[in-house]
Amino acid sequence: MAPPSQAAKQKPRSLVALTLAIVLALVAGLLGAILFLTPATKPAMMDAFIREVLQRDPKTWSGTSLVYAGALALLAVILLTFGAIISSLTIWWELRVSARMQSRIGLNRTGAAGLLQWLADAVKLIFKEDLIPDDADKPLFRSAPYFVLAGFTLTFVALPFGQSLIAADLNVGLFYLTAITALIVVGIMFAGWASNSKWALFGGMRAAAQVISYEIPAGIAIMVPILMAGTLSMQGIISAQGGWPWEWFIFRNPAALGAFAIFFISQLAEGNRTPFDLPEGESEIVAGYLAEYSGFRFAIYFLVEFGNVWIMSAISATLFLGGWQIPGVTAQDYVTALGGSGFPALGWWGLQAASMGVFVLKTLLVMNVVIWLRWTLPRVRIDQMMDLCWKYLVPAAFTMFVFTLLWQILVDRVPVVETVSGGVLFGAFLLTLALFTRQTLKNIRLVHGDRIDLTNW
Amino acid sequence: MDKLILRRLDQNAEEMILNFGPQHPSTHGVINFMVQTDGEVIRKAVPDVGYLHRGIEKIGEIVGYPGFMPFTDRIDYVAAMTANEGYAIACERLLKLEVPPRAQWLRAISGELTRISSHLVALGTMTMDIGATTPFGYGIRERETINDLIEELCGARLTFNYCRIGGVAFDMPEGWRDKVLKFLDHFDTFVPEFDRVISFNEIYVKRLANVAVITREDAIDFGLAGPNLRGSGVEWDIRRDLPYGAYPNFKFEVPVGKGFVGTVGDCFDRYYCRVLEMVESSKIVRQALNSLPEGEVMAKVPRKPKPEAGEATGRVESARGEIAYLVVSDGTDKAYRVRARTGSFMAMGVFEEGSPGLMIADLVALISSLDVVAPEIDR
Repeated sequence: MAPPSQAAKQKPRSLVALTLAIVLALVAGLLGAILFLTPATKPAMMDAFIREVLQRDPKTWSGTSLVYAGALALLAVILLTFGAIISSLTIWWELRVSARMQSRIGLNRTGAAGLLQWLADAVKLIFKEDLIPDDADKPLFRSAPYFVLAGFTLTFVALPFGQSLIAADLNVGLFYLTAITALIVVGIMFAGWASNSKWALFGGMRAAAQVISYEIPAGIAIMVPILMAGTLSMQGIISAQGGWPWEWFIFRNPAALGAFAIFFISQLAEGNRTPFDLPEGESEIVAGYLAEYSGFRFAIYFLVEFGNVWIMSAISATLFLGGWQIPGVTAQDYVTALGGSGFPALGWWGLQAASMGVFVLKTLLVMNVVIWLRWTLPRVRIDQMMDLCWKYLVPAAFTMFVFTLLWQILVDRVPVVETVSGGVLFGAFLLTLALFTRQTLKNIRLVHGDRIDLTNW
Repeated sequence: MDKLILRRLDQNAEEMILNFGPQHPSTHGVINFMVQTDGEVIRKAVPDVGYLHRGIEKIGEIVGYPGFMPFTDRIDYVAAMTANEGYAIACERLLKLEVPPRAQWLRAISGELTRISSHLVALGTMTMDIGATTPFGYGIRERETINDLIEELCGARLTFNYCRIGGVAFDMPEGWRDKVLKFLDHFDTFVPEFDRVISFNEIYVKRLANVAVITREDAIDFGLAGPNLRGSGVEWDIRRDLPYGAYPNFKFEVPVGKGFVGTVGDCFDRYYCRVLEMVESSKIVRQALNSLPEGEVMAKVPRKPKPEAGEATGRVESARGEIAYLVVSDGTDKAYRVRARTGSFMAMGVFEEGSPGLMIADLVALISSLDVVAPEIDR
């Protein structure tokens, strides 16, 4: 028998270009829209817009609220779309990375490198029959995805994309975020109960036990950056950090490093990510709370699960990794670039775009670690999961909290300790990174000899 | 209709009765476990087998001696070569045939290759059941090469039908020996790689160590076979203790469970025994290829063999433990009775006694550590 033709079926260049154009345009367009709309919907800018473009007095004109509402609705739509697109692209990235880790080829059919697979999947799921099991509690079954979706999308309200790029800089921003993300578990519990399936019940029970338990260490761990910044506002926390790595909270206080680890692990558990994917552990309880869901409702759960990876990475980056702070740019530079009142100067927009870029980059790096973990680790058992939370993470988080209290007193007396800690811990981090890279290269060489093949991307 | 199996559970208790299967992702085929659970903790799990019963043993009484060979593939399709071999050996003893040495060597080579590929599936699915998806792909990747090699040998990748009564169907093709040796060189680096990827992963060890311990005495009482028996520390291997075919000519170790990370006979011991067995199989194939005798691969066998009335057994060490065939002849060209005793079926006995107190996730670990394959249970 003749071997199958080895002539590689290359995708036409035009198709590759089209795919890349679609995806890049979507991402760039949405990020651009957020870049423009978040500052533009602030009251000062809106008033200026009404005064100068519409030639009305914003204080007396009856249409003012209407313009405000319209602008905010537009911003909401943009943020929602961004959430959907970013979670879809997270799925794509995850599938590509996992393929690379499992020595598979991975997505490569729909568009260049399978970049449009998420679109095909979404269309397929939307067109599926809307199934509700006969024995399900129908109103509850229907409403569960809304809770999940609300818990996901509402987080974008207080998520800072850049120096002035935040829909609403609430003074209790962090508190708001932890409260809102807890809505997701309500949806999951509803789904588990309303499906009226034994597997779904297991999933719902596990989700309730897991997510609610892990909110406690996470909640205590975020007290560390709050104590260091002295505020709950997301922008306030970022402003208290600097652009250079040794100015980030994670390195400035030894306890913050521990708090970051605790927060990261808890976020993995809250997002039902491996090694804590018990609520839907496929090999144990089939699909858990998702067992009876299909079609668009399933798509919502799926979207939220992967969108949450972005959210948790973004919150980690904000609290511990300096958020959007650009190295070497101070708060004064933004004020200088703004150039008085009126429409901001181009340089200011450039700075905002750069800060957004820094934020997105940090988030993607954290996200990558989450994806690596998922495809590396097995799943823990439910009692081990509870042990880890209550026996180790909660006491450790309290220790970090108390240590930070004392540390802040020390910093008040001897401010230089923060700089010393930042330098030493960042150095240690670089050393760890170097060792990690060396070990990785060693492992690759053990399998592939001296050839490190990266052509398969 | 009240299922008989339900009578073995306490139906009046307040605990939930759960159908764990037959379409569950980790039951490794269509097996059902009726599980009585109190939340996550199992009170009792009773295996409900028979979903894949195809009457293969009855077919053996209808199709004649050589005609039954393809059906033996379907008894254990993950390691079909040894399932073939056991039946061939039983029939050869019945017919008092001498099998040419080259055929015996080829049986050993192909059998050990299949054992490796079967263990790769067992280990891969086990890691997947514990929740790690990546090692499964690594196992399947190596299995693919073995399948390619065996396809070159006999034309099939899954149901080989390679052994014949009195020998094997084909001699090995030209250049095959070098390909196998090249694969073995690669495979020797794979086992440490697999260990690095998953075996001693902290979470993985925590999930398996001291879980579902089957003691040495229990393992013997349940009639466990193969790696499941050896995982409990019983040194028993048909290849060494009741030698058949070419095996007396090879030197190999019989790995037994030593409590590598926990107690002797826990899930990890059964798992790690399989890892070590792959290394031993690779050694056997290397020795067999280096000492392969020349000559015929088939003895002279009539087209329709008619053995004298009597009975014979063929016991071989399969990947899932012992496969023993009993073939009874009444002097005609069709067997009076064919009976197969398989390792997976014996493993089903463990659950009712061993499951109380386990968690749902441990039951999954126990099922996959016993490496059960549904067609082998039911036949």
